[in-house]
Amino acid sequence: MKRVLIIGATSAIASACARIWVEEGSQFFLVGRNAEKLEQCAADLTVRGATAVNVHCMDATDFAAHGVMLESCTAMMRQIDIALIAHGTLPDQKACEQDVGTALAELANNGTSVIALLTLLANQFETQRCGTLAVISSVAGDRGRPSNYLYGTAKAAVSTFCEGLRARMFKVGVHVITIKPGFVDTPMTQGLALPTALVAKPEQVAKLIVEGINKKKNTIYVPGFWRFIMMIIRSIPVVIFKRINI
Amino acid sequence: MRSLDRFIKVDWQLGTVCAEAGVTLAEILALAIPQGWFLSVTPGTQFATLGGAIANDVHGKNHHLRGTFGRHVLGFGLLRDREVWACSATENAHLYGATIGGLGLTGVITWACIQLIPICASQINSTMVRFDNLAEFFSLSAELDHRHEYSVAWIDCLAKGESIGRGVFIVGDHAGYGALDVDKRNKLNVPLIPPLSLINNLSLRAFNHTYWHAHPSQRKQVRSGYEPFFYPLDRILHWNRVYGPRGFQQYQCVIPDSAAEVAMREILGVIADAGQGSFLAVLKRCGDIESPGLLSFPLPGASLALDFPQKQGLVPLFLRLDRIVHEAGGRLYPAKDAHMSGADFRRAYPAWEQLEALRDPSLNSHFWKRVTE
Repeated sequence: MKRVLIIGATSAIASACARIWVEEGSQFFLVGRNAEKLEQCAADLTVRGATAVNVHCMDATDFAAHGVMLESCTAMMRQIDIALIAHGTLPDQKACEQDVGTALAELANNGTSVIALLTLLANQFETQRCGTLAVISSVAGDRGRPSNYLYGTAKAAVSTFCEGLRARMFKVGVHVITIKPGFVDTPMTQGLALPTALVAKPEQVAKLIVEGINKKKNTIYVPGFWRFIMMIIRSIPVVIFKRINI
Repeated sequence: MRSLDRFIKVDWQLGTVCAEAGVTLAEILALAIPQGWFLSVTPGTQFATLGGAIANDVHGKNHHLRGTFGRHVLGFGLLRDREVWACSATENAHLYGATIGGLGLTGVITWACIQLIPICASQINSTMVRFDNLAEFFSLSAELDHRHEYSVAWIDCLAKGESIGRGVFIVGDHAGYGALDVDKRNKLNVPLIPPLSLINNLSLRAFNHTYWHAHPSQRKQVRSGYEPFFYPLDRILHWNRVYGPRGFQQYQCVIPDSAAEVAMREILGVIADAGQGSFLAVLKRCGDIESPGLLSFPLPGASLALDFPQKQGLVPLFLRLDRIVHEAGGRLYPAKDAHMSGADFRRAYPAWEQLEALRDPSLNSHFWKRVTE
């Protein structure tokens, strides 16, 4: 049995992870924006055998609300075994180029809100001296590409933050795992023309995430072949990279 | 629809499950079996979704005792005109009846509640015996069906003459004691589509001959898990690939009791003469329990299902079979159909006009256009 905090709990990847953890019972504290969807997820996990499920409605970009959320979470579970940060959006790159407000809002959705939450959570985990902080970043953070560099910027910030945090938390027995999914068939990518051979199912991604957490991996690409794809993309020299559109 | 895959509510005292329509029967069984419950009616695959099972009003090996899946549907939500209508036998009863077996035409089923049946153990006690011809099938069915929860027969569709309709009769019941385990067998896989169908006259003849002879002429009792009993093909992922790039076409008909034996003999004769057919030809007696569904397939009588490798000669063969079914007052299963004529359909399912009247105007299907226009 695990005590699991999920932020962005209604996302397809998070739901799929929760369904794996629920197989061994487990307690859940689900955080998300949409109260109705949260209740649906909670009902589903309860039927599937969760020992307890609480939900908490919160927008991750409402920084002032983070403290209250964490307090009610620890009041319920006392200790958090896994905190999965899974919320995010896929920004419209063109819109971010035209409007500063949009760009900064998307940076908050995918970047600074994660950093703010991790800052609070790190202190909580530091006192309990155990547990895993699992953070969903993205392969997009590995290199700034013209097609979505605002999203990439936010995810690069998250990945770098996690790298530093991992080294800090290692000393107190807390594990930090950076998860870098490629294309996943979720509501976030709905309507995008993606190469079907590269699109993974949320269930498949969730299985790899849970495995990565169990094995205390530091950074995982899910599915694993993205490590090689990104290796190639990172190794393209700038003189060429700036001339292509990917 | 697979993303509508959340459970909503269960009651392990009463054995009821409410879930979104994309939840599969396998997912329901995985939760229900450890609690001592089983699906009231299950088709031959557990990969079907709850919504699909309702829309096709599927049936199983216990039709003679429990009727179709639709009989155990307590209620469901139907999305049409941008509104979710709660439907049950008492609420929006016209939509309830039209949606069960309604081939998805009345709207989108978003959630459903079903009644389960209690079991003491997850295993199945089955008895099998082979029979030499069609007449023996009907006498075995008359003798055994009412005494067992599940009953089905495999038929050697290539046997001719005196042996027409020979096969293996299988009855089963939920075991009275034992563990409540969810079967988790390793799945086999057909990794690619072979350039030609592996099911041909030669392989079919060899398989059917061996399969029939491998079964005892004396009754033999076997205890097995529920998966091998109900879902033998689920074990092999992508089993349909063995039919090659052209795939296969199913033929399933039901013939009323009065004409069943004569018509089945004729149908099997035509198939054996054509030298075509499948490994799994399934013959089963359906009972007289009525379904709430308007366009439900089963009738009191005998139902035969076969898979044919897709090829040129199939059209004339199916036409000959259709004529026999028509003359015997039988009908075909819309869920498995790809050829039925509009005239045959409208004669066999006189309630089609009621369904057409309740069809969601924004929905239609190739099947529906073919048989109604």
